[in-house]
Amino acid sequence: MATVTLTEGRDTAALRRGARGSRRPRLVVLTFIGPALLGLIVFLGYPLVAAVYFSFTRFTLINPPEWVGLDNWRHLAQDPLVGVAAKNTLWLTAVMVPARIIGALLTAMLLNAMKRSRSAYRTLFYLPALAPPVTATIAFVLLLKPQTGPVDTMLRWLGIDGPLWFNDPAWAKPALVLLSLWAIGDLMIIFVAALLDVPVDLYEAASLDGANAWQKFRFVTLPTIQPVLVFATITGIIGCAQYFTQAAVAASVASNQVTGGGGVSGTFGYPQNSMLTYPMWLYTEGFRYNLFGYANVLALLLFVVSMSITVILIRRFKAFTGSDR
Amino acid sequence: MRRTRILAGLAVLLAVTAACTPAPEPKPIATPGVEPSGEVELWHFFTEREAKAIDGIIADFQAKYPKVKVTVKGGQDDSKVVQAIGAGTGPDVAISYSTDIVGKFCATGGWVDLNPYVQRDGVDLKVMPEVVRSYTEFRGKRCAMPFLADAYGFYYNKKMLADAGIANPPKTLDELTEAAKKLTVRKPDGTIERAGFLPLFGFYENSPSHLGPMVGAQWLKPDGTSAIGSDPQWQALLKWQKDLVDWYGYDKLEKFRASLGDEWSADNAFQKGQIAMAVDGEWRQAFLKDQAPNVEYGVSPLPTADASRYGSGYISGNVIGVSRTAKNPEAAWALVKYLTLDQSAQVKLSNGIRNVPTLTSALTASDLQVDDNFKVFLSIFAHPQSSTTPPSAVGPAYQETFGTFVDAYQSGQKKDLTAGLSEVDKQINDVIKLAG
Repeated sequence: MATVTLTEGRDTAALRRGARGSRRPRLVVLTFIGPALLGLIVFLGYPLVAAVYFSFTRFTLINPPEWVGLDNWRHLAQDPLVGVAAKNTLWLTAVMVPARIIGALLTAMLLNAMKRSRSAYRTLFYLPALAPPVTATIAFVLLLKPQTGPVDTMLRWLGIDGPLWFNDPAWAKPALVLLSLWAIGDLMIIFVAALLDVPVDLYEAASLDGANAWQKFRFVTLPTIQPVLVFATITGIIGCAQYFTQAAVAASVASNQVTGGGGVSGTFGYPQNSMLTYPMWLYTEGFRYNLFGYANVLALLLFVVSMSITVILIRRFKAFTGSDR
Repeated sequence: MRRTRILAGLAVLLAVTAACTPAPEPKPIATPGVEPSGEVELWHFFTEREAKAIDGIIADFQAKYPKVKVTVKGGQDDSKVVQAIGAGTGPDVAISYSTDIVGKFCATGGWVDLNPYVQRDGVDLKVMPEVVRSYTEFRGKRCAMPFLADAYGFYYNKKMLADAGIANPPKTLDELTEAAKKLTVRKPDGTIERAGFLPLFGFYENSPSHLGPMVGAQWLKPDGTSAIGSDPQWQALLKWQKDLVDWYGYDKLEKFRASLGDEWSADNAFQKGQIAMAVDGEWRQAFLKDQAPNVEYGVSPLPTADASRYGSGYISGNVIGVSRTAKNPEAAWALVKYLTLDQSAQVKLSNGIRNVPTLTSALTASDLQVDDNFKVFLSIFAHPQSSTTPPSAVGPAYQETFGTFVDAYQSGQKKDLTAGLSEVDKQINDVIKLAG
């Protein structure tokens, strides 16, 4: 009996020590992640919960929110432009993200393959990415200005009647993709670093096995830089979901009302809503039409879609855990 | 247990969310004859030259009311004012550049109803034209006062008209069509080299709101719902405009428009002689004087469908109001009253900013600096049939919903005008209902 008691006593003491021992590291971990956790709660958790609440209210920023039940959610089906804006954003995401990744990867590979003046060319290709988005967009729209812009002038020398670019609903979104390709430097520099990290001995082994250039790229380069590709895809999709500044400025400049008294939002979507993106419509509903409750519905949908795509991509490729598929 | 904690946390967050916006607290107004004193903060959106004009007039106010100290903050836009009022830290007085904000401030009480002050001080608001009174009140609340106005007229290039044998600017829509065709110059391939009049909606100042007064079209019914589909005048305007667009060719017009310079730059198409006639505000005169002094231009009222409407036009303007969160509402009202109802202040502001004064008496004041062209805008402003865009709780949503349809109609994407305008009505009414 006494033995049993002693054993029990030792076990209890060991458990207590264990508990103390495990609590201390947990406290240390909490201390370190505390500031970040606090930031997440204040700047993500709270706004998210608040957005859910506001989506069921009539909210003007001036008065306390007034509960209206599902009215804002029902209005989604009546809103004639939310579908247009969502389609535009989807189009931009589907075209711009792959175009930027392919363009940046090809540029990085070409630059890495260069023997001379590599640094100078890297700097040259990176420079447009340093230009502030508003300035870069204004310059790009003027560059493509029909009839009088330098690109159109050069096309005319070649006997080509150029398109209306940002003034044509059919060309406006492709022109935005061109603009994004022009400022590809940020992504290119990441790919340059990733490509330099691919072990040379893998290429040597592939060569010994008789692999050609495509096989080396497909079976050595791509798997090695996959985490960077997934990172570029996820950040690209999130960036496109929030695409606003360039489309707003391009519409304003192309419509010849760059400094209109009503503010830049007066020309959102020009021409014929072809450049109206989902975040621009969200902004319009909230800040221009004073329907902040409905704007919160749009914001929540955007969050859910972006989050879902991100989670699917991370799970599918397990990019950030280091394991492959 | 864990679920309960999460629910409790969410409840606390919701409570904090709901409580963070202060509820409106109506403040009693002082008895008649009280002398304003203390500090007042004024926010406005003006910059540079115009901001200096404001500073000058504020100095005059302080000389008249030495017990009031005014702090002026320029370059403040409407969204900042809205957020500050919502957070309980709004300025005492704010000036907005757009009448579109009036519906919001009146409906929400963001700007206080000035009627009690107006009645207490025995102010007769009929010293201003009806049109400016209408865009500064909403649902019976006078939450704003007009702070100078803009009038829209018709600019024409005198030399081009004379060369084409046109003696006078067009007075009717038919005359405008005829003159536009005569003044248009095409290249051998049929593209436009110079447009007599560029009729596309969305080009510079060619918005439905600015052109609506040509036919006397109505935006909203007295109950606040859309009148667009049921008002035949909109159909008349759109049919006239579409006929002219089709004469030019929509694609050719778009191509020509795309090649033109920015409205607010020295490359403005009227200033560069690329268009012969244009609808624009009174401010264009200052741009012409500064950027294109050699252009021989004249100004007239907008051509109209009905001769009896000739002389009228579109009127809009800046508005001023007292925030619900004003710390010193009495001095704030004194400032608003001075800026909007004092004739000498109105004249000085108009001379400084070159907008139209909103007091009828100021229009004929001897010290108001006017030339023949500016006189045209003064007469448009005073015309009894001049109109404006009515305030709405959803700001410019009704105008922009209509604008989306007009865009599709002029390009030929939408062809059924009646059905299209009925759909516009429905869309506008849905939004207005949502706003409450």
